[in-house]
Amino acid sequence: METLEQLKARIEAAAPGVRVEIVPNGNPANPASLLVDGGHARAAAAFLRDDPALAFDYASNVTGVDWPERTVRERIKVKRMAGGVEREVEEVCERKTPAYLEAVYHLYSMSRKDGPLILRLRTENRTDRVSLPSLTPVWRSCEFQEREIFDLYGIVFEGHPDLRRILMWPEFADHPMRKDYAEPDDYEYEPTPHDAVLARARGHYPGGTQP
Amino acid sequence: MIEEGLRQELSRQGVVTTTLEELYNWGRKNSLWPLQFGLACCAIEMIAASMARFDIARFGAEVFRPSPRQADLMIVAGTVTKKMAPQIVRLYNQMPEPKYVIAMGVCAISGGPFKEGYNVLKGIDRYIPVDVHIPGCPPRPEALLQALMTLQEKIGRQRLTGEGRARHLDADAPGEWPIPEFGKHDLEPPRNPALWQPPAMTRSE
Amino acid sequence: MSARFSPPELAGTDFEHPLLEVSLGPHHPSTHGVFRMDAALDGETVVKLKPVFGYLHRNHEKIAEKCSYLGSMPFTDRLDYMCSLTNNWGYALAVEKLTGLAVPERAEYIRVILGELTRLINHSAVVGFLLQDMGAMGTPLMYAFREREKILDLFESLTGARMMCNYMRFGGCRCDLPPGWIGQARGVAAKFPLFLDEFEALLTGNEILKARTEGVGVLTPELAVNAGVTGPMLRASGVNYDIRKVDAYGVYGRMDFRVPLGERGDVFDRYMIRILEMRESLKILDQALRDIPDGPILNLNAKLRNLRPKPGEAYGRIEGPKGELGFYLISDGGPNPYRYRVRPPSLINLTVLEDMCLGQTIADAVVILGSVDIVLGEVDR
Repeated sequence: METLEQLKARIEAAAPGVRVEIVPNGNPANPASLLVDGGHARAAAAFLRDDPALAFDYASNVTGVDWPERTVRERIKVKRMAGGVEREVEEVCERKTPAYLEAVYHLYSMSRKDGPLILRLRTENRTDRVSLPSLTPVWRSCEFQEREIFDLYGIVFEGHPDLRRILMWPEFADHPMRKDYAEPDDYEYEPTPHDAVLARARGHYPGGTQP
Repeated sequence: MIEEGLRQELSRQGVVTTTLEELYNWGRKNSLWPLQFGLACCAIEMIAASMARFDIARFGAEVFRPSPRQADLMIVAGTVTKKMAPQIVRLYNQMPEPKYVIAMGVCAISGGPFKEGYNVLKGIDRYIPVDVHIPGCPPRPEALLQALMTLQEKIGRQRLTGEGRARHLDADAPGEWPIPEFGKHDLEPPRNPALWQPPAMTRSE
Repeated sequence: MSARFSPPELAGTDFEHPLLEVSLGPHHPSTHGVFRMDAALDGETVVKLKPVFGYLHRNHEKIAEKCSYLGSMPFTDRLDYMCSLTNNWGYALAVEKLTGLAVPERAEYIRVILGELTRLINHSAVVGFLLQDMGAMGTPLMYAFREREKILDLFESLTGARMMCNYMRFGGCRCDLPPGWIGQARGVAAKFPLFLDEFEALLTGNEILKARTEGVGVLTPELAVNAGVTGPMLRASGVNYDIRKVDAYGVYGRMDFRVPLGERGDVFDRYMIRILEMRESLKILDQALRDIPDGPILNLNAKLRNLRPKPGEAYGRIEGPKGELGFYLISDGGPNPYRYRVRPPSLINLTVLEDMCLGQTIADAVVILGSVDIVLGEVDR
């Protein structure tokens, strides 16, 4: 398989206007991924599938990931004036990582026995701008998996032939796999409750420990 | 009531004596027809219990009926999810009396290893009355057979008249159990309060 | 006087032909679990068919975010509950990719032996259930379960449990083979071809089986590839893609076996592929049981409890008996995975259920579903 830099160049040539970034994998032994922008994702995907040298005809796995906003404290070196002399000091600085929902596609080539190529699509935020183009017209295997991401994460896939809840019942209103989902409080009994579980369980017995 | 010594003497002479209660219960307990109702992994052990090695047929329970109208034992084998719970209660309502429920596996008793799941119902006895609980994940087919024998003993002890008689002979007992509905975050109601109350916490620290 | 009865003219009734909407399931005797198909029928022909599931959605992925890496291993047993050891293997492979852990050779051979034994019990049970769906009420299933019990005895003597084995660990296996186990396994593997011959003699030439399965539920190879179908269903359509050959994970690279392929992609081909794959599995078993070396069964550097892989991600996949079983893990450096995803082969194989059932009768839809070989624990997780 070609390297990611070559792939990036070819995708940018084939689908003009697309923005492709290489996202390194924390563990360098495992493959890095390509971050593609939502507007041109379908054109890039069609190129990956139809190009005879690449022939990524098999989308194996479509995953949703929730990245809520986190505050990261880092020590960075900045230049500061101290006593008339400019020197480099280490300062602790806080920054907020962007919050988004992500869809990760693992692509393989069955005809050339090749792969994996990992594509990532990110939404703009986690609240109102949560739509991404659906890659189901390109790879039919995304159909149920994108429905599951819609059900459990809330990403709206535009162009999906049948976007409705797949695992939870249709009247369900939450997106349970999100990190900030509050589960319904219904396991009252724990054999050895402690800490938060004990506090919550006590709340069910307002008069004491008897129901 | 006939004295036991007299009964044995008579049976040695070829005369069988019994009470109506015993006879009635004997017929019922030795021909339980289970509802073919497997939800998850425990269903495979239930099928294994009906296969040649463990052979539930020798207990009279070989005929697994697909239709609830023809079954009188529901073996809830597997995790009960909230999406499936209304269907289970509906099926239970459709079974004719006398009917019994065996909760097979820890998932049917209390949610089991999946207890922290948002879609898992923490035990089927929140909505329908359960007669025998079998712990295990999954319980071996022998455990299911022991549960069947326990249920048979329970049926054998059921009274036909008087206080505490069997439910199907009691005109005041409920005939149908309420079916939960799908709410926006959880089932409504999350449990049937007439049937199940959260157990007391015995440790108070 | 005998007059033929003729029904009276019903004035004013002009029935159009409305479609009959039938919901098969979630409780139905087809023993695949709590699965529902909403079908619209024109007479008996299927015009539209939508699968509905989620009735066994047990929140495995959410629970895994609260458990440690090792704590999720017993939950993987319960995904595809007929084949718990291959699920364990897939997860162990994914974590080994994430942490870069190598597996000792003896452990790899043990994994192959258990994986192929699992493939045998799965395929024989699938054929048994398929025949039961066709109406052979229980007899082939009895034969299949008879062999399954012998293999489950092997599993029980090794791992302690018949079904939920929880045996693979990151970097090897949990415990070594007890003395005499290899001899017992050889005995089972020697008798299995006789069972397969008996099974085939009863089933493969059977007219009813042929009439009900030939030409039914045809899946073209192009659609199969595009829809992400994997496993025996893909190979029955003629596509040569077996992850044991493509990725050559474990010691499959050293094993000599063929990949059977089908010609027409109908239900009969899927049935035959499973029989042929069982024969190939027996070949692999013989080789593995012959060549298994001595040595450690767990990597000495393996850290099981309190495993904190460095931040990163990995996707590990195996050829499970139902198709490609993959595990995608994202680690953020903590003891629990940040994202734990199971790529379920049964769910993806269901994508083409409607395509295969259109134009067939409703009775065929049940047979086609049986040949897809789904297990709801995996579809719903």
